[in-house]
Amino acid sequence: MSTAPTASGHRTPDRRAPRSTASLRHRLAERGVDSSLWLMVPALVFALALFVYPFSYGIGLTFQPSLAAQERWGGGVLANYVAFFRDPFVFDSVWITMRLALPAALFNVIASIPVALVLRRRFRGKRLMTSVLVLPITLGTVLTAQGLLIFAGRQGWLNRFLMAAGLVDEPLQLVNNYVGVMLSLIITGFPFAFLLVSSYLSGIDPSLESAARTLGAGWWQRFRRITMPLLAPGLATTFILTFVLAFSVFPSARLVGDAMGSTRVMSLMAFRAFGEQNDYPMASTIALMMGVVELAVVALVLAWRALLYKGSTGGKG
Amino acid sequence: MAITAGTFESLELRGVGRTFGGHEALVGLDLTVRAGEFIALLGPSGCGKSTALNCLAGLLPLTHGQILLDGTRVDTVPSEKRGFGMVFQSYALFPHLSVEKNVAFGLQMRGLGKQEIRRRVDEAIDLVKLGEHARKLPGQLSGGQQQRVAIARAVVLEPSLVLMDEPLSNLDAKLRLDMRTEIRRLHQSLGLTTIYVTHDQEEALSLADRLVVLREGRVQQVGTPDELYDHPRNWHVADFMGYRNILPGVVVAPQGAGDRVQVSVGSLALSGRQVDPAGSTARDVRVAVRPDDLVVLAPGEEPRDGNVLRGTVLVVEYHGREFAVVVQAPDGTLLHVRTPVAPQVGAELALTAPAERILVFPADLTERSAEPDRAEAVAA
Repeated sequence: MSTAPTASGHRTPDRRAPRSTASLRHRLAERGVDSSLWLMVPALVFALALFVYPFSYGIGLTFQPSLAAQERWGGGVLANYVAFFRDPFVFDSVWITMRLALPAALFNVIASIPVALVLRRRFRGKRLMTSVLVLPITLGTVLTAQGLLIFAGRQGWLNRFLMAAGLVDEPLQLVNNYVGVMLSLIITGFPFAFLLVSSYLSGIDPSLESAARTLGAGWWQRFRRITMPLLAPGLATTFILTFVLAFSVFPSARLVGDAMGSTRVMSLMAFRAFGEQNDYPMASTIALMMGVVELAVVALVLAWRALLYKGSTGGKG
Repeated sequence: MAITAGTFESLELRGVGRTFGGHEALVGLDLTVRAGEFIALLGPSGCGKSTALNCLAGLLPLTHGQILLDGTRVDTVPSEKRGFGMVFQSYALFPHLSVEKNVAFGLQMRGLGKQEIRRRVDEAIDLVKLGEHARKLPGQLSGGQQQRVAIARAVVLEPSLVLMDEPLSNLDAKLRLDMRTEIRRLHQSLGLTTIYVTHDQEEALSLADRLVVLREGRVQQVGTPDELYDHPRNWHVADFMGYRNILPGVVVAPQGAGDRVQVSVGSLALSGRQVDPAGSTARDVRVAVRPDDLVVLAPGEEPRDGNVLRGTVLVVEYHGREFAVVVQAPDGTLLHVRTPVAPQVGAELALTAPAERILVFPADLTERSAEPDRAEAVAA
C-alpha cells in the first residue's frame, strides 16, 4: 500500500494560494511518483538483464567483424554491413522472407474478415466452429510442421487419397518448398488473426449496421461504408502482428521448406552464420537487419493507419 | 419547408407477433396508424415495445401477422427498401463520418445527385439547428446534439414513417424536456407519421396522439392520452398512468347502484368504482388511487363517500408547489399522497377520496385478456 496521506493535505480549496500548501510527497504523488513505483523493479531488472544488455551487446558485435569478413568485403568496422548488402546470398534472403511473410500476413488478415463476420451472428454450433478455427494456435510451429509432413508429404494421406481417387497422376509437391512454409504460416497465423479481427469486430456497435439498413444501404454498402472504415485500424494492427510472426519464421522454413532455396529466410541465414560458421558478429548483423526490415514495414502500415478514423466505434470493444 | 413526409393513407398492423425460441416477445398486435399520427408504444422494459419497433423497421422478421401500407404488404420488404426512418436509443451515428456525411448517407444510398444531396442535407441540418456543427464528428457533439443529428438523418429521407426507440432515455432531465418539445415541433411542422417507443408515461402522454400500452408482449389498451389517463382498462395500465397506489383488496359487497363496489383493503373499508370491461365477478381486486386524488381530511370534515384512510406520515418530499407524502396505514400498507402543506413526520393523518376516483380492477387479468389475443394471432 502507499503511504498515509499527510496532515497538511487538507486545506480549504477556495482560498487561492499562490503556492500549493501540500507536502512535497503529496505533490509528487499527484504526478504519479510514489512508493508504488517500486513494483516496477522486477520488470526493470528482467528487461535490463535479458533484453537491453544482450541487445546492446549484439549491436556492439556487429561492429566487430571477423578478420575474414574485413579482408573479403572491406569497410573496416562496417564490414558486416557491407557484406549484408553486397553478398547476394545473404541479401536475397530479405526478399525471400518478404515473399513469404507479406502474402501470408495479407491472406490471414483478409481471410479472417468474412469468417469473423459470419461468426458474429448467433447460430447453432458457433462455439464449436470457433474452437476448431482457434485450435491450431495451441499446436506450435514444430508440431504443425510435423503434421504437414505426415498429411501433405509425397506419401502423405492427402496425396494417397488424391491418387486413389484418380484426381492426380503423381503426388502433389506440397512440402519441402515454398507452399509448405506458406501452409504452415497460414495454419499458425490464421487463428491469431481471426481472434484479433473478431474482437475488433465485436467492438463495433451492431446498431450502426441497423441504422445503415434503415437508411437504405445493402449489405455491400454497409460493409464498405460502415464496417470496413471502422475495422480498418484494427486490421492494420492485426496485419502488423501476423506479419512480424510470419517474418521471423524459422522452424517451418527448415522443416517443411526448402532451406537452401525458396525458403532461405533471414532467420535461417542468421542461424547459419551463428551455428555453422561461428561468425557471431555476422549473425548479429543479420538479426539486427531483420529487425530493421520489420520495423520499416510496421512503420509504413502505422503511417497508413494514422490516416484512418480511430475513435470510438460504439461497441463493447 | 421543403422537407415533407412521405405520403400514404394508413399503415395497418394485423396480428403482428414475434417469438424468440418459444418465448413470445410480442403477441397479436393490431393497430391502424393514420398518416400524420404520433403513436407512442408504452410499457415497462421487456414488454415487447422495442420488438414491435424492430419488426416495423424490418430489422426483425415477423413470426406472425402482417404489416400493410395502404393495403400492400411491407413486412416482406427488406429493411433497406422499406423506407422507414429510424432513430435509435444509442443514436447509432456513424462515428467516422461528419454530421453532414451522416445526414447525407441515406440520400447517397438512394443515388441522388450531388447538388440535390447538398441542398437537402443543409436543410435538414438547419431544421435541427446544427448548422455550425455540420463538419464535426459525432464524438465531438453533446448527447442532445447527437440525438438531433440522428433525427435529421432519419427525416432527410422524407420517410413515410419515423420510428423512434426511446430516443430521450440517454439524455439528462433538462435536455430531455427540451428535446421532447423539439420532437413535437418537428412532428407538427413536417407532418411526420411517428411511432415512438418509451417507458416514460409523461413522455408518451405529452407527445402522442394515441398510446398503445404493452405488457408482456400483449396490448393492454389503445387510446388517446386522456382516455388512458382517466379510464385505464386494467390495473397494469393504471399503474403506468400514475395511479401510484395500487393495493390488493377483496370485494365485500357490490353496493348496488351502478358500478359502485365495496372493498376491503387490509383493515380499510372503501367504496370505489368497479372498472371491468368484461363485467367480472372477481373477488380479488386491485384498488388504484392517484396520489393527487387522495385528500387530507381536516378535523370535523365529512369524508367523501364514507372513505377514510388513516395512517402515520412516514416520508415527506418537497416537490415545488406541493409535497409528496408517504403515509403508512396501521396494517403496513403504504399510501402515496400529495399535499399542499407539509405534514409532520410521525403525525396521524386521515385521508379521503371520492368513490368516483377509487378504481377497482380484477386482480388477475392476464389469463383472460391473453386468450382472445392469442386466438387472433393464430387466425391471422
